[in-house]
Amino acid sequence: MNGAWMTVLKRDLLLAFRRRSDVATTLFFFLIVSSLFPLGIGPEPTVLSSIAPGVLWVAALLAGMLSLTRLFAADFADGSLEQMLLAPQPLTLLVTAKVLAHWLVCGLPVVLLAPLIGLQYALPNDALFVLIISLLLGTPALSLIGAIGAALTLGVRGSGLLVALLVLPLYIPVLIFGAGAVAASQHGMSAQAHLSLLAACSLLALVLAPLATAAALRISVE
Amino acid sequence: MSINWFKYSSPQTFYPLAGKMIPWFVWLATIFAIAGLYISFAVAPTDFQQGEAYRIIFVHVPAAWMSMVIYIVMAGWAALGLALNARLSAMMAQALAPTGAIFTLLALVTGSLWGKPMWGAWWVWDARLTSELILLFLYLGFIALQASIDDPRRADRAGALLALVGVVNVPIIYFSVKWWNTLHQGSSINMGAAPKMAATMLMGMLLMALAFWMYTVAVALMRVRCIMLERERSSDWVKELSVTAGGKL
Repeated sequence: MNGAWMTVLKRDLLLAFRRRSDVATTLFFFLIVSSLFPLGIGPEPTVLSSIAPGVLWVAALLAGMLSLTRLFAADFADGSLEQMLLAPQPLTLLVTAKVLAHWLVCGLPVVLLAPLIGLQYALPNDALFVLIISLLLGTPALSLIGAIGAALTLGVRGSGLLVALLVLPLYIPVLIFGAGAVAASQHGMSAQAHLSLLAACSLLALVLAPLATAAALRISVE
Repeated sequence: MSINWFKYSSPQTFYPLAGKMIPWFVWLATIFAIAGLYISFAVAPTDFQQGEAYRIIFVHVPAAWMSMVIYIVMAGWAALGLALNARLSAMMAQALAPTGAIFTLLALVTGSLWGKPMWGAWWVWDARLTSELILLFLYLGFIALQASIDDPRRADRAGALLALVGVVNVPIIYFSVKWWNTLHQGSSINMGAAPKMAATMLMGMLLMALAFWMYTVAVALMRVRCIMLERERSSDWVKELSVTAGGKL
């Protein structure tokens, strides 16, 4: 069982490595979206640092969402997804490996890039630190919840837009707690409550989302 | 004596039953609506703080109640459809979704019409308003997903799964929005602290809620009949029906 899990993870990471430009697209999207806001709003540092938590979190959320359609689409097209469904290993487990690979490829780079953009938004150091922690705790939930939407819209007309419609409302709690943590630390309050809730969201998603994703995949592929 | 619980779970037997039930619910909805509107507009006293404009709550509050109740009922039908693999349950869920979305929209629109004279703003990012808006998004997602999948069986099951995911998320979303709201701006407007409602006002509201409820049942049954005909158009019972109806179907 562990073998199958590791194989799926390695395979997905290798595929992502072979198509490096896909990863770069996600990152550039994050970079461009978050650079647009100062251009639209103005270079005032106080304004920028007050909108930074929300803007960076929304940008991270959109960047993660854009790459969701790729999560199962290629496997669906070449038939390897069917083999995973037929495999003796539980599908739920294989799904977690795929989601982890997606997070390592699309989530983690965004987390690492975020403090850089935070600097452009004149975020103070401790807020930057909280931003990294909140993104680290929250982005796994985004990948996990997003996987449900990706599985439901597999092979459906206009699946890219549909995923947005299905998944974005479900992202709201993560956005609220994530941006709230950074804002709290900016105002000199403890971010611990927000971070705990964020971790709770991720853990809950880790338990429930793979089950829902596996069920959705069975519905979509059958 | 054994009861056949599944007698009406097939479209063939449910279609005529639904047809017989619709007039009853239409009449009940009409009677409750007339009584409710009479109490709301003629009997209920003018509010001494809010004047006549408060009367919009007789539509607003029941619509908001219904928007939430319908989502739960819809998810219930969806769960039943997934668990028992019953076609009709999924059709009921599909038939309820547009009505739920309409009530959510109605609650939002009447809320903002009420908010302008009372709060001086069409929209505030209050926890209830925001979660109602998100509920509308959830309804729209459900409808969009079902509409974009061509295979009806897959559409049913995918929609059902989405409704269940939504129902698990609704409390999380509600509390996150509530905490977000209290942390961000403080409760400048507290709807909970409104003075205790007069009994006649409550009566009007309950009657309107019952009217909306009966309307929902009637409309959902009408819609589910259409869905049944559309889905089962190649089956024998629909063909027989269209012969007896003589082209009026």
